[in-house]
Amino acid sequence: MTVEECAQKLSLRFLAGEEGAQTEISGGYVGDLLSWVMGRLEEGQAWITVMGNINAIAVATLKDASCIILTDEAPLDEDARRRAELEGVPVLVTDKNSYQTALALGQALL
Amino acid sequence: MSCIKMKYEVPGDDFTRAGEASSMVKRKLKQLGYNPDAIRRVAIAMYEGEINMVIHAGGGVAEVEVYPDRVEIALIDQGPGIADVEMAMQEGYSTAPDNVRSLGFGAGMGLPNIKKYTDAMRIDTEVGKGTTMYLTVKAK
Repeated sequence: MTVEECAQKLSLRFLAGEEGAQTEISGGYVGDLLSWVMGRLEEGQAWITVMGNINAIAVATLKDASCIILTDEAPLDEDARRRAELEGVPVLVTDKNSYQTALALGQALL
Repeated sequence: MSCIKMKYEVPGDDFTRAGEASSMVKRKLKQLGYNPDAIRRVAIAMYEGEINMVIHAGGGVAEVEVYPDRVEIALIDQGPGIADVEMAMQEGYSTAPDNVRSLGFGAGMGLPNIKKYTDAMRIDTEVGKGTTMYLTVKAK
């Protein structure tokens, strides 16, 4: 499933990085502590979080996450949005919480 | 043996620029067609090191040497030093202030992550003088 297909299935809205829409999602990881995510997120996973700051974009880029899904309508900082555009990291948002989003992603990936 | 050297200034207390050095090194290694697994591990270790220097040391310098079989990284700061390296190496132990935690840092995973993703790690530190960390990532 690509990021774009995921966005359609889970009713996610693109905030940045649409050029990465065709990236394949291999799974998901949920977490808000950056170093924790840095140590554990695996390449290609969708990162489900409420962290919309510029450091989150750096972590997603360095770990080759397929996308960031911001839950609970968490805001994306303006400098983070610019960095995401620059790096081509898709950032999407949903009004659902992280549990609901992970559940829906898991079902969509079955 | 040929070697490519890179040097980056890591600004202090500027979280908007933290990660620039590791991103640049990652890009450079990709251009060189370096081993992807080694690139990933270098990027993670360097990022954690950069963040440490930004949070704790008021910035510093990152020196990177790329050899065909390994990448060597030196992270040099003139910060407060690490009082208890053994404690700092434990997962979950952090001395990061609250304002840093609100950014998502301070999980106490920085040094453990660096150790996990490198093949060799040495810390030279002196309280009041600063810290230099030497890291080696082998291209397997």
